Amino acid sequence: MELAFYLGGLIAVLATLGVIANPNPVHAVLYLVVSLLAVAMVFFALGAPFAGTLEIIVYAGAIMVLFVFVVMMLNLGQSAAEQEREWLKPRTWLGPSLLAAVLLLTLVSLLWRGDSQSMITGGGLTAKGAGTLLYGPWLLLVELGALLLLAALVTASHVGRLSPVAAPSPAPRDIPTNKKGKGASAATADVEGQPQAAGTDTPKEDS
Amino acid sequence: MMELLTTFSTAQPTAVLLPLTFLLPLLGTLILAFSRGTLGYGASALTGTASVGLAALATAMLALGFAENGPEQLTLWTWIAVGDFQPGISLALDGLSLTMLGVITGVGFFIHLFAAWYMRGEAGITRFYTYMNLFVFSMVLLVLGDNLLLLFLGWEGVGMCSYLLISYYYTNSANGWAGFKAFIITRIGDVFLAIGMFLLFSRLGTLNIAEILELAPQAWQSGDTVVELAAFLLLGGALGKSAQLPLHTWLADAMAGPTPVSALIHAATMVTAGVYLIARMHGIFELAPAALYATGVIGALTLLMAGFAALAQTDIKRVLAYSTMSQIGYMFLALGVGAYDTAIFHLMTHAFFKALLFLSAGAVIVSCHHEQDMRNLGGLWRKLPLAYMGFVVGGAALAALPLVSAGFYSKDEILWQALAADQQGLLVAGLIGALLTSLYTLRLIIGTFHGAAKSDNARHAETGRGLAHGLPLVVLAVLSTFLGAWITPPLGGVLPSSPGEGVTAGHGALELVAAATALAGIALGVWLFGLKRGWLRPANHGLGAGLWQLWHHAWGFDLVFDWTIVRPYRGVVWLLQSDLFDGLFRLLAWCVRLVHLGLSRTQTGKLRGYAVTMVAGATLILLSLALVIQGT
Amino acid sequence: MNGVPMEHGLVLAAVLFTLGLGGLMFRRNMIFVLMSLEVMLNAAGLAFIVAGTGWEQPEGQVMFLLVITLAAAEASVGLALLIQLYHRFKTLNLDVASRMRG
Repeated sequence: MELAFYLGGLIAVLATLGVIANPNPVHAVLYLVVSLLAVAMVFFALGAPFAGTLEIIVYAGAIMVLFVFVVMMLNLGQSAAEQEREWLKPRTWLGPSLLAAVLLLTLVSLLWRGDSQSMITGGGLTAKGAGTLLYGPWLLLVELGALLLLAALVTASHVGRLSPVAAPSPAPRDIPTNKKGKGASAATADVEGQPQAAGTDTPKEDS
Repeated sequence: MMELLTTFSTAQPTAVLLPLTFLLPLLGTLILAFSRGTLGYGASALTGTASVGLAALATAMLALGFAENGPEQLTLWTWIAVGDFQPGISLALDGLSLTMLGVITGVGFFIHLFAAWYMRGEAGITRFYTYMNLFVFSMVLLVLGDNLLLLFLGWEGVGMCSYLLISYYYTNSANGWAGFKAFIITRIGDVFLAIGMFLLFSRLGTLNIAEILELAPQAWQSGDTVVELAAFLLLGGALGKSAQLPLHTWLADAMAGPTPVSALIHAATMVTAGVYLIARMHGIFELAPAALYATGVIGALTLLMAGFAALAQTDIKRVLAYSTMSQIGYMFLALGVGAYDTAIFHLMTHAFFKALLFLSAGAVIVSCHHEQDMRNLGGLWRKLPLAYMGFVVGGAALAALPLVSAGFYSKDEILWQALAADQQGLLVAGLIGALLTSLYTLRLIIGTFHGAAKSDNARHAETGRGLAHGLPLVVLAVLSTFLGAWITPPLGGVLPSSPGEGVTAGHGALELVAAATALAGIALGVWLFGLKRGWLRPANHGLGAGLWQLWHHAWGFDLVFDWTIVRPYRGVVWLLQSDLFDGLFRLLAWCVRLVHLGLSRTQTGKLRGYAVTMVAGATLILLSLALVIQGT
Repeated sequence: MNGVPMEHGLVLAAVLFTLGLGGLMFRRNMIFVLMSLEVMLNAAGLAFIVAGTGWEQPEGQVMFLLVITLAAAEASVGLALLIQLYHRFKTLNLDVASRMRG
């Protein structure tokens, strides 16, 4: 059990590194799926099979699929990868990485001193136990979760609506300065000459 | 004829005539002010002169009525009613106010008439007569006022009109500055007067002059500190208006105004307001011997200082201005020794001959195309006979030529009173002043009229013509002779008796001494200026040049005031201009704005930046938490 | 050893969280920002599970369920916004949406 935990953890960390460092979006999405699956294995190793199942089915299965859909829809392929390579200069990620490292060190120093007595033995916390809690004391939580999902549904369907009016073009200073990438030049060529449209882009509701 | 006038005047009640003396000039002012340029030269001059002329007529009828009925008092309405303080617009007609009224309206009428000739060709004649009538109105209120509040109203009114008329030729900014100087310096005196009024009101509870003179001896002993203070404050006010030391520097520069203005305001009437004030409030001054003595000393010093200064001037009007200052010094001297009626008598005769001198000077100036410098005049005595006559008669009166001039009688009286009051110092000062007066008068006449004409302006002088030019000069000349001295002001019941009354020892001897002084001065003048002729140009070096410079600048008072008062004041103004306290608050605002600008830079609108700052903040908090836990 | 110490699990969660945070901070493409967010949420969920199993309480898994719900909601709204961004600005560079600058 311990081996599964450590192995899964290692894979998760490596895969996450791959997510944040990879310029190609498609590859990054796939790395993320791997990371999620590794974490699911960790869950199983720790003795929370319900959580692991949920992780695979919902997280890796549904949410990541959404990402894949969007990536496909926007046709982010090689051009995006090249653009990302432009953006990922060492001077861009060195500072934030240092900051994150400091944060990590702080967190670890705080966490490492905690009581070492509790060991996870991997006893089974079954789905039945979780379900009993959900329909018992934590019923309100279920309702709230449902409300949250409803809200997200409405928001996503409204915000996702693409109105046919001309989009406001960004000010020239906001256009990325590098004109070497194909995607970047396509973006600037598209944007130049577009009339400025002010105000919100959501169409007026007629109901 | 006399009976007709008498019955006519007594048929008119004082209640009608007395207000007319100031309402007529006020009416003239209003008509001219609201005419807005529709009146031409003739109409404006007619309105302005007629209003004062009718007021003079009213005064004459009042005089006839006064001879029969004696002093009267008339209250028009209550001006302010606040508890016990209820001063009214009340007029008091007694001997003193009648004398002053006669001078103001009578001499004023002739000056207005002359101004119609003098100001022809000038723009803005309506404005001129508006201000002149307003001045006459204010001055009449001043002398008729029954209480100090009404007097103060007239006081301020004449100050304002003086300023307006001095800076009449407003296109030249120097004239404006001369007006400022006059107004500001007299204002300083006005502050003293106001504080004196407050003091009198707070101690005696009334501003009515008659009541003050009644209550003062009951409230205070002679020499009491409070009454001395009140007297000194009133004296301060008088000094400003009458251009005596130390508030005298404005009078010479006030000659920037038109000559009729100088004649009326700065010779005959406004500058005598100080003398009138002290004479009116004689009760207070009698209780304050120190203030009275100070009055006499200031008068003596001023007459000497101004006399020397007049010797070294080249502008005709400036000579006459210093001469006015000197003669008013004589009046102050008379007041100082307690001879109030003598001072008023000299005020009257001085009004006649000084107005005559100024009007004659005006005739010369206009005839010579506005040439005022003596160094550019000369040889005019044939071309300008009336002006020459005016100068000779007026100058004789000024120099107190024995027996024939009115000035002799009044000035001699002053010297006699000084002797009778045992003030030998003041007497000697008066005699030296008389010598100086003869000297500068002769210098003025010789320089202006005799010798060769020194410039084209003088060569091409045009003789003045017309009634408006001739009549005032002739009438004033007549009044400046001994005939004018026959007019005795009816001051008996109003002013206390002077020291020399009833005493005759030494009077004759003093008359001889005074006459001799005047004649000696004239002789010296003829010798210095007539025969030697080397006088208009000062010596280039040595004591003569130094003295000439000193006297030309009137003993340097302007310079002293500039360095001790004006420059420090300007320094303080410059310091406060940057407004230190406001600057403190602006500094605060500036700091806030600086911080705002700095913090605005952090709002880049970029998500990444915000994320980094949030993480940094969280890291800091956790770091500090970790260190705290480590520490404990 | 007969179990995994809870600190190890929490440290694993911390490491994953920090990695996600770093990705959030220095990536410009919105897709990657959203993916980093998912990583962070996942790490938080892992922490909850570790705690739950460590203290033998099923509440950990209940909380994890809610975390997943939240992640789903956030992902859908975020992707809708991403589509709008792309539609408006024709680019996925987050820096172009900086009209709220001070």
